[in-house]
Amino acid sequence: MSPYLIMNPFGFPILSTVIFLPLVGVLFILFLRDDNNIKITAFVAGILTLLFSLVLFFNFDAGTPLFQFGERLPWIPAYNIGYVLGVDGISIMLIVLTAMISPICVLCSWKAIEKRVKEFMICILLMEAAMIGVFCSLDFILFYIFWEAMLIPMYLLIAVWGGPQKDYASLKFFIYTLFGSVFLLVAIIALYLVNGAFSIPEAMFKGYSFQFQFWVFLAFAIAFAIKVPMFPFHTWLPAAHTEAPTAGSVFLASILLKMGTYGFMRFCLPIVPQASFYFAPFMIVLSVIAIIYGGFVCLSQTDMKKLIAYSSVAHMGFVTLGIFTFTMYGFVGAMLQMLNHGVTTGALFLMVGIIYERTHSRQIYDNAGLGKFMPVYVGFFGMFAVSSFAFPGTNSFVGELYVLISTFSRSKITGFFAVVGAVVAAAYMLRLLKQIVWGREDKRDLTDLNVREFVYLTPLAVFVLWVGLFPSPFVRIMENTLVHLFMQLDKFSH
Amino acid sequence: MTLLPELYMLLFSIIFLFLSLGKNKIALFTAARGLALLGFAVALACSGARGDLFSGAYQVDFFSQVFKVLLSAGFTLIVFMFEKENEVENLPEFFMFLGFSTLGLMILVSSAELISIVISLEISSFSLYAVVPLRKAQTKRQLEAAMKYLFFGAISTGIMLYGMGYLYGMAHSTYLTDIMAKLPQFLSQPLGVLALILTLTAFFFKLSLFPLHFWAPDIYEGASDATTTFIATIPKIAATALLIRLAMLASFAPAQLATVIIVLAAFSMTLGNLVGLVQKDVKRLLAYSGIAHAGYLMMGLLSFNQEGNAAVVYYIAVYLFMNLALFYVVMLLSRRGENVSINDLSGLARRSPLLALTLAVAAFSLAGIPPTGGFTGKFFLFVTAFKAGHLSIVIIAAVNTVISIFYYLNLVRISYSRESEDLQPLYMAFHEKVLCYLFNIIIIYLGLLPFGLIDLFRRAM
Repeated sequence: MSPYLIMNPFGFPILSTVIFLPLVGVLFILFLRDDNNIKITAFVAGILTLLFSLVLFFNFDAGTPLFQFGERLPWIPAYNIGYVLGVDGISIMLIVLTAMISPICVLCSWKAIEKRVKEFMICILLMEAAMIGVFCSLDFILFYIFWEAMLIPMYLLIAVWGGPQKDYASLKFFIYTLFGSVFLLVAIIALYLVNGAFSIPEAMFKGYSFQFQFWVFLAFAIAFAIKVPMFPFHTWLPAAHTEAPTAGSVFLASILLKMGTYGFMRFCLPIVPQASFYFAPFMIVLSVIAIIYGGFVCLSQTDMKKLIAYSSVAHMGFVTLGIFTFTMYGFVGAMLQMLNHGVTTGALFLMVGIIYERTHSRQIYDNAGLGKFMPVYVGFFGMFAVSSFAFPGTNSFVGELYVLISTFSRSKITGFFAVVGAVVAAAYMLRLLKQIVWGREDKRDLTDLNVREFVYLTPLAVFVLWVGLFPSPFVRIMENTLVHLFMQLDKFSH
Repeated sequence: MTLLPELYMLLFSIIFLFLSLGKNKIALFTAARGLALLGFAVALACSGARGDLFSGAYQVDFFSQVFKVLLSAGFTLIVFMFEKENEVENLPEFFMFLGFSTLGLMILVSSAELISIVISLEISSFSLYAVVPLRKAQTKRQLEAAMKYLFFGAISTGIMLYGMGYLYGMAHSTYLTDIMAKLPQFLSQPLGVLALILTLTAFFFKLSLFPLHFWAPDIYEGASDATTTFIATIPKIAATALLIRLAMLASFAPAQLATVIIVLAAFSMTLGNLVGLVQKDVKRLLAYSGIAHAGYLMMGLLSFNQEGNAAVVYYIAVYLFMNLALFYVVMLLSRRGENVSINDLSGLARRSPLLALTLAVAAFSLAGIPPTGGFTGKFFLFVTAFKAGHLSIVIIAAVNTVISIFYYLNLVRISYSRESEDLQPLYMAFHEKVLCYLFNIIIIYLGLLPFGLIDLFRRAM
């Protein structure tokens, strides 16, 4: 029917199901009063969404770079806006990641959230729906609506259930992100006026004039760089991460930051390739600055959450570095790092949340020396911490290796600086790990992980080892899409 | 049939004129609501009416009927929202004046000739001058507001008449069609542009567009909640209608006029949003927000085509509902009719989750965040202005959206995240809840499913 979309083979619109299942959960929750029932309903909605997303995953045809499970309906014909959904190798894993993280967020808030449980769970489910919607949308306006709608529940998560400085953090988060988004909207309209439609695939590889590409790239880049966040737009991130409740931090780290890099891969490269090549040196320099700057800032942190937040800045630097080196290795590495960062950093935030529930402090010193009292906790913590600085055998090693190979193939100096950043990462993570395991001698009354916490950490741990030891299934599923992107870009590079 | 909505509105006002003579105040609200609802039904039923009256001075077409439905919907909702007997003095007169004002505006949207425009505008304005001081709670402020409104309103009408004089002198006709047909000839002279701008002054005044915005904050603050709600929404709809009618009659896009509109729009939105940042009184804040929105509206008029005009109508419709929703929250919060300050919102989410939700939906819509109607409306405006080649104003508006989110978000933030000592649940009657749900649903509906309405508006242009 259309050259870029393979229509949905199922008898029902599966992508819409995945997007709107959490909203059905919201509907049920609206009529519930008991907090426990609300939590269970939210969890069930999350698990059902995960199951459907796994159906997507297992039925995904890795052999084609086209968009699959397509749905298409006219929506606002007056402006040629459609309800168009589709998934390709770039988005499929991010959807599964989102569907996996959401029930975990429900579980990790089971005890931590005491006030306004109903509203909290509604916010979580709204977030999930909007995030999956962002990754599925093939229409600019649909995409933009999901992209912006996400802000509201996220804002509320920080502003209502956040820490002492929640007002400052939530406002900064909202205004920063919105500032980027309005330029995204202007760029979208500019593309519409050229193409006559809001379809995303139809806007790709069109060979616009360089000047047009230049401005569209800048507008896109502001929006996505703020979301990633790239240096120097990162200042909202530590504040938001630190003040958000655990579930909010996990959503931010695991999914929201990925939207920026997803935007670069989905929009910047295919739609404005020449401008992307033109701006690549700047983006690479900013990425390297983020890697090194983030690393050094981490070294001086005493707050666990802040440390992990700044480490996100450094890790996302690797992702943008991978994207803008324009090699196959770079793309695969960037995609893998997106997933890895989502799992590992999300897990680290969960770990901080778990210990915070027990000691009511996020200071490293207050939580030091847990090795004797909480062996299971420390075991998980150690695993995620070494994964965070890309220890061989863990997931991040694979991703970072890909990115570093790509970087060295382009520029030795850049590669050198990136390696320095990776070493700094080892330094701050090991410092944190050492403090947490052996930092204090005194006896404290702390209980180890309970079953609920064990259950939601296990899948993340499995993922860490799986990707670390046997990444090929994940690489294969995205490979064709990335090869296609790479070939198309190659055509436009001259 | 053609004049039925107007006649009905006249009847409504006359009924309340007689009710104001008697002593019997029983069932006044029920009567007002029933009659207003019937009026809405009449307006809806007459939406198919077509005709020319008074040799073309009065045009009843789809365009005017769409606006009459909007006006009457707004009027009906305000009558339903308003219920504090202790807030406004002389209740029957209050309804009467609101009725007369709406009648004037209904005539205005059909007028296609200078004299009928003046007359209809004055019917509406004079009723409003009388309504502003009808407030019990504060004594001095509302009198100050009434005086200011009267003087500024009278001056703006005077300026309009002055401009109309020039227009007549140039076109030798009071019919808009004749004037617009001759417009290209005299727009090349500074006097021509001046005449047109002076004529538009009264409408810019109603819209509270820069530089005729200064009355809004004081009048919003001084008048009672219900009066403010009316002034903030209904006259703006009619003023927009007239501006669109002029734009429709212009067969070309006059560059000089476009420049003037861009400058006014840019100043209006920037000034409104920047001053809005520091406001403490919610109604004052909404006044500045209204000034900013008048600037946004102007963007759609820049394109001088069907698509742009439809976008403007869509935006004013959304504007009506989101403003009504926010004002309703203000009304329900101040049961005794006092002004609501921003800090009074603290703990609202605890006291009444529904009211807090309504506030949030309305505020996000005013700020233009999807999936609310405010976003969709603004998006249409952006597209048409960009299409007409005015990228500069689109970027200014985009930046303004970011500035404005600061104070809209502040409303949401205080109501959701700040605790207050007063944790008494806010009691809401059944119909109040229904009205809140209705506003929320309409705003989201306008945000997500605009296709039917925007096509309808395009056909009306």
